Amino acid sequence: MITIDINKKLYGSYGEMYLDIHLQIQKGDFVAISGQSGSGKTTLLRVLSGLESAEGTITIGNETWQDKDYTLPVQKRGIGFVFQDYALFPNMTVEQNLLFVENDKDLANYLLEITELTVLKDRLPATLSGGQKQRVSLCRAFMKRPKLLLMDEPFSALDPSMRKKLQNEILILHKKFGTTTIMVSHDPAEIYRLASRVLLLEQGTIKSDGTPKEVLLKTSGSQKFSFEGELLEIIKIDVIYVAIVAIGQQLVEIVVSKYEAKNLRIGSIVQLSTKAFSPIIK
Amino acid sequence: MIETLINLDLAPFLLSFKLAGLTTLILFILSLPLAWYLSQSKSKAKPFLEAITALPIVLPPSVLGFYILIVFTEVDLNFSFVGLVIASCFYSLPFMVQPLQGGFETLNKNMLEASYISGKNQWVTLLKVAVPNSKPALLTALIITFAHTVGEFGVVLMIGGSIPNETKVASIAIYEMVEIMDYTTAHIYSGIMVLISFLVLLSVYIFNHTQKKIGGFH
Repeated sequence: MITIDINKKLYGSYGEMYLDIHLQIQKGDFVAISGQSGSGKTTLLRVLSGLESAEGTITIGNETWQDKDYTLPVQKRGIGFVFQDYALFPNMTVEQNLLFVENDKDLANYLLEITELTVLKDRLPATLSGGQKQRVSLCRAFMKRPKLLLMDEPFSALDPSMRKKLQNEILILHKKFGTTTIMVSHDPAEIYRLASRVLLLEQGTIKSDGTPKEVLLKTSGSQKFSFEGELLEIIKIDVIYVAIVAIGQQLVEIVVSKYEAKNLRIGSIVQLSTKAFSPIIK
Repeated sequence: MIETLINLDLAPFLLSFKLAGLTTLILFILSLPLAWYLSQSKSKAKPFLEAITALPIVLPPSVLGFYILIVFTEVDLNFSFVGLVIASCFYSLPFMVQPLQGGFETLNKNMLEASYISGKNQWVTLLKVAVPNSKPALLTALIITFAHTVGEFGVVLMIGGSIPNETKVASIAIYEMVEIMDYTTAHIYSGIMVLISFLVLLSVYIFNHTQKKIGGFH
């Protein structure tokens, strides 16, 4: 069990704010942290890893990582960390990157085998693709057999097929090593596939906490579909009003009443939902 | 002319290179931790340290030479090779520290943090991660320090004097030749200096150019 009870003053995108987190995580859980940029997600990971300081306490199992007058240095926490930009050591080969962490050849070979990197073990990082680099980075994070694995948007620089492959490998390793994993992610599909629990951070505090289904599924009641989009324009055509909304990469038209049109503001984020129809998936 | 060439005393050059080589080596060892500290520190003392380190760039060599002269008189190091090495270390310090610091500052922060997370302390991170990934900065620092020490004149003049094989370096030898109106030897010495300096700088720029072309050291 990990108990986190921390407070830290931050200078976010809206000026000063407090990262104020009170949280317990069961051993072996896979927790995803989501939220807008500037909400304190990355800082939370950095405080957990010991790269940044904060007030409060952090305990993991029967080890205290931080309390009132003691902070365990980052070097002694034995965590694994996967960075968004891989952060491999360019001067070392794939295998050396792993052995630098812990001189355990058997473990390195085992990890490289699972991630199908064995043939690349003598290559330098600069000669690898983004997906390969991130797999090396994942292997490196497991070289300490970490109790806690932290990942900061690990898939954001990868294409969709590579993401899926890496996600599967993460799940395999997470289970095999019995690691507790905390991952920052923006991608609902990815969170749904990997995590058993989601925390939604807003302005430094946890706004919602639950299973991916509870937190991420935006529909409520009898709603079947629900999307968030940006309202681009409202056009009056004869007696009706048509709102143009951008949902992701797609533009849609929605008929709205005169009263609705009055209350909508161009440029705002709106929620579209529909009920009772039969969707077709192709 | 031919006769002058045959009888040319190359000792001043050898002494210059010996002095520059030793200075570069000592400064490299001392500057690594200093440049590393300056590149990573957010301390309030950092601007003070940076200003002190950069002083020899702006101070006239005579000012530096004067203070060193006073201190060396106390410890009896004036007009000796050892004194010259110590003085050169002060004189060339910024030319070693600044390129190193610049190189370390451009390193990927996450990469350094990955090393700390792996359980490595500052020293291991510096030697195994930072240094091997800062080769262009390292090379620039070494060459510029070496070349700058070879080109040193004012400080040497003030505290070294001109004792053959002890403190009579190439720049001093040229000055002396001019003073005794031996322009032929002065020409040859100066020509050699220009040629060597040019070749050294050329090799640095060619190296950095090819490194940029192939995109780093990997």
